[in-house]
Amino acid sequence: MKRGMYKCRLVNGLPVFALIVVAAWLGGSPEIGASGARSSGVEPKDAQVTLIKNATILTITNGTIEHGSILIRDGKIAEVGTNLKAPANAKVIDASGQWVMPGIIDCHSHIAIDGDVNEGSVAVSSMVNIKDVLNPEDPSVYLDLAGGVTAANILHGSANPIGGQTVVIKLRWGKPASELPFEGALPGIKFALGENPTHANFDAPPGIPPRYPATRMGVEDVIRQAFTGAQEYKKKWDQYNLKRAAGEKNLIPPKRDEKLEPLVEVMEGKRYVHAHSYRADEILMLIRVGNEFGFKVRTFQHVLEGYKIADEIAASGAGGSTFSDWWAYKVEAYDAIPYNAAMMTQHGVIVSVNSDDAEEARHLNQEAAKSIKFGGLNETEALKLVTLNPAIQLGIDNRVGSIETGKDADLAIYNADPLSVYAVVQKTLIDGQVYFDREKDISARAAIEKERKDLLDKEKKAEEDAKNEAKREEDKAPKPDTDTKPPQVEIGATGDAQ
Amino acid sequence: MKRKSAMWIVGAALAAALAIGVSPHATRVASADEPRYFAIRGVKIYRVSAPPLDNGTVVIADGLIQYVGASAGARDEDGNIPPEALVIDGKGLSVYPGMIDAGTDIGFGEDKPKDAATGAGDGAHSTSPAKISMGPEDRPGTTPWRVAADEFNSDDKRIEKWRDAGFTTVLSSPTGGMIPGQSSLMDLSGGRPGEMAVLPQAAMDLSFKPTGGFISFPGSLMGAIAYVRQVMWDTQWKEQATPIYNAHPQGVERPVYDRTGQVMAEAIARRELFLVPANNQIQILRALRLIGEWRLAAAIEGGQQGYAVAAEIGERHVPVIVSLKWPEKSKDADPEEETPLRELRFRERAPGTPAAFTRANVMFAFSSGGLEGPKDIQKALKRATDAGLSEDAALNALTLNAARIFGVADRMGSVEKGKIANLVVTDGDFFSDKTKVKMVFVDGKRFEVHEPPKDEKPAAKPAEKATAKPRKAAPAKSVKKPAGPSAITPPVTTDDHPATRPGKKPTVTPNDNVSEKPNISEVAEGTWEGGR
Repeated sequence: MKRGMYKCRLVNGLPVFALIVVAAWLGGSPEIGASGARSSGVEPKDAQVTLIKNATILTITNGTIEHGSILIRDGKIAEVGTNLKAPANAKVIDASGQWVMPGIIDCHSHIAIDGDVNEGSVAVSSMVNIKDVLNPEDPSVYLDLAGGVTAANILHGSANPIGGQTVVIKLRWGKPASELPFEGALPGIKFALGENPTHANFDAPPGIPPRYPATRMGVEDVIRQAFTGAQEYKKKWDQYNLKRAAGEKNLIPPKRDEKLEPLVEVMEGKRYVHAHSYRADEILMLIRVGNEFGFKVRTFQHVLEGYKIADEIAASGAGGSTFSDWWAYKVEAYDAIPYNAAMMTQHGVIVSVNSDDAEEARHLNQEAAKSIKFGGLNETEALKLVTLNPAIQLGIDNRVGSIETGKDADLAIYNADPLSVYAVVQKTLIDGQVYFDREKDISARAAIEKERKDLLDKEKKAEEDAKNEAKREEDKAPKPDTDTKPPQVEIGATGDAQ
Repeated sequence: MKRKSAMWIVGAALAAALAIGVSPHATRVASADEPRYFAIRGVKIYRVSAPPLDNGTVVIADGLIQYVGASAGARDEDGNIPPEALVIDGKGLSVYPGMIDAGTDIGFGEDKPKDAATGAGDGAHSTSPAKISMGPEDRPGTTPWRVAADEFNSDDKRIEKWRDAGFTTVLSSPTGGMIPGQSSLMDLSGGRPGEMAVLPQAAMDLSFKPTGGFISFPGSLMGAIAYVRQVMWDTQWKEQATPIYNAHPQGVERPVYDRTGQVMAEAIARRELFLVPANNQIQILRALRLIGEWRLAAAIEGGQQGYAVAAEIGERHVPVIVSLKWPEKSKDADPEEETPLRELRFRERAPGTPAAFTRANVMFAFSSGGLEGPKDIQKALKRATDAGLSEDAALNALTLNAARIFGVADRMGSVEKGKIANLVVTDGDFFSDKTKVKMVFVDGKRFEVHEPPKDEKPAAKPAEKATAKPRKAAPAKSVKKPAGPSAITPPVTTDDHPATRPGKKPTVTPNDNVSEKPNISEVAEGTWEGGR
């Protein structure tokens, strides 16, 4: 099954399984319980005040502060500046010689999903919801934290023209699934245009026709049909509500349809559309279809030919969430250029750089830096690609995306300028709590290995004990008594076959 | 002189008549030579609903417990025992309520029914040709109207195996699909399924294992959840729309007939228990959320990582049927592969779940969850008690709490007058591995258990069909002969042995591999992949 393909692009580099092994080794998986306090590495929320001091602070919106400090209270940034005073009981993080930037926001991620990323059986799968299947114990959550990511847009795959409902999460490692979603973030839905949805069903077994659509024309048709159905559904409900308000009796409400309701929400502006797309023609197509049915695309994802139609995208109000420099892995990616992000930015599009991959998400700081070389963005503009811009795209910029008083204390602390290839994340904070601490991680490894060894030894011993016990039972087993003449003998005597 | 002998004749005739069991309540006598009344006296009775009696008497007849109390008087004077009863001396023995296995596919699975033509049993539904489903309206993998008791195969060899270990009652579940049907609570008395069914519609099974793939809906876990949600919406709509239409059909569009919606609505109206599979803590928390969202009366099946979320489960008052198939290293695991610490911890801590439930006031029962046989069940129980579960709590889980979960605590689950006569007679503490089960009563029918050879090779013991007729074997304890015809035969001799009866071929019990049952054993897998 080529399902991996429909995660928007092939996974390159380190095989995923090796990552998981490393992650498990690193992760040490804190127990998730009702109170996160039971987890290792996460301090209780009511601790208070934290002071990060003496760092180079990249605020994004208010320039860079040398030897700066950040005071955090109740999970929010209370103060930013130099020479800040903290109360006596404050937890102090000495960040001398280090850089602090807002936590990275990955606008296209498939981590933390339990089971398949795609409901690839039908062309319109808007009834499924990623929020139903969040897996907070995915080691990738921890690994991405170690790469400075604090929030991510968790998306359905790209097998369908209209995919499933999506959710924005904070990477609160150790918390249960119910505490991952970003409070107040609008829900989303995934659309996919181009090669992925049209190729999804070409492996159909004999006798079963491949799923419609097989062409870009078909993709447009599927989306139109779905929204036509959604319009009719909305009309039915509006009529019913009017009648009910007018006091009519004996009204049977229309049936609720899990597939059409999210599409109605899209038309009402209550749900964001994130459209996986590559080619200029299909991007323009979706803008037109949106205009026709009364919805706006929130972000075009990948949008590798976005530079060709940057003005049109900007005019439509859509954001563009793209790769730094991936290209030519598919025919539709052939015209991709690493200047895409910079060029779209320069034409007024809000642009973010995303990962679409658990491994890539660990170095989005470097991916952002590439747009300095390719396109001449300045350092702040480059950092915006992975902080403020994805926050704006996801409608959470009032909470995250820059270091300003009042915003959530979602921060990443590096040992060098984040735009440098030498930068390594030292700590990652979400809501003012340290969710990743490199020093603690390294020093905890010995204990984790010991615990693993102890558990394995215990199991081995139990196995051996069980084996010895079984052997003892066998030896003790009474030999068949001659006077009751067990049937085995009888069977042989009567010639019955066994 | 003549008068005296006449009186003796009348007296003897009367006694004989009584002994033969001439009474209006003759229905439950299995065979002519079984007494109507049984009594066990001087026995330790674990009543469960009350503190144990060290020296008690229990009388059963007509399938019910007629009397439970302290043994009174001398052997011949115990006024609570009818004179014609077959009295068993309970010295050194213990009586427990019949154990309940709250999750099996006994009656389904590998044991296909003898009559292949009917096509009933597990095969028909799970291997029927796949119809491509284009969406929820096609109702893939959905057959809520199936009732396990209707398709129960009473030739299943496991009936006897379980019964010999003291399990008088099992929950039997149909297999195949996301809404495969309704589980039935069956007493393992042999005979026709109708006679065995205690509660045919005991629970409605759910499963989030997708029945489709990339071709047929749903192909993913989220798809399966979305599907069940749509079914719940359709059911609620049906409940709303039907009375409105029936009251006033003119001018109103007729609600479409949907068998699933109909059956589900009826089940919900009866407050039928929904069984939601969930084994690791992510699944358990998700199940709790969905149960709340759909407002179902429900129990969680599997629950092996309950130790981590016992408080949350306790808060929601959702009972758990804990699978005793504790997670362990997979047999074909790659020896080079490093097991994640998380999985190692799970394997170590899972048996502590029942103890954690006791502390958190979570009501729970046990299911064998795909274990091969009662020996494994005993081993699994031992792991739970070693991890802190008290024998008292374990016994409750196997008896009265299981009955409570299915709403039948008023008729089974404890040794109380009036309840169904499901009893286990052992020669010691049920939870000790040295204890043997001597006798089992199911619906008042007596089954004597003789010990299989230590190596459990079924070939050494001719497997008889599970019938109502109790097997005659050398009784370990003395029995008091009643005034009427004796029911105990002398020890087995070779003349009488089934293997040597002319024309009789002994049948060999095949290795009872319990077949994989998607909605139980996949939950009980306990592996980390979860992914339900």
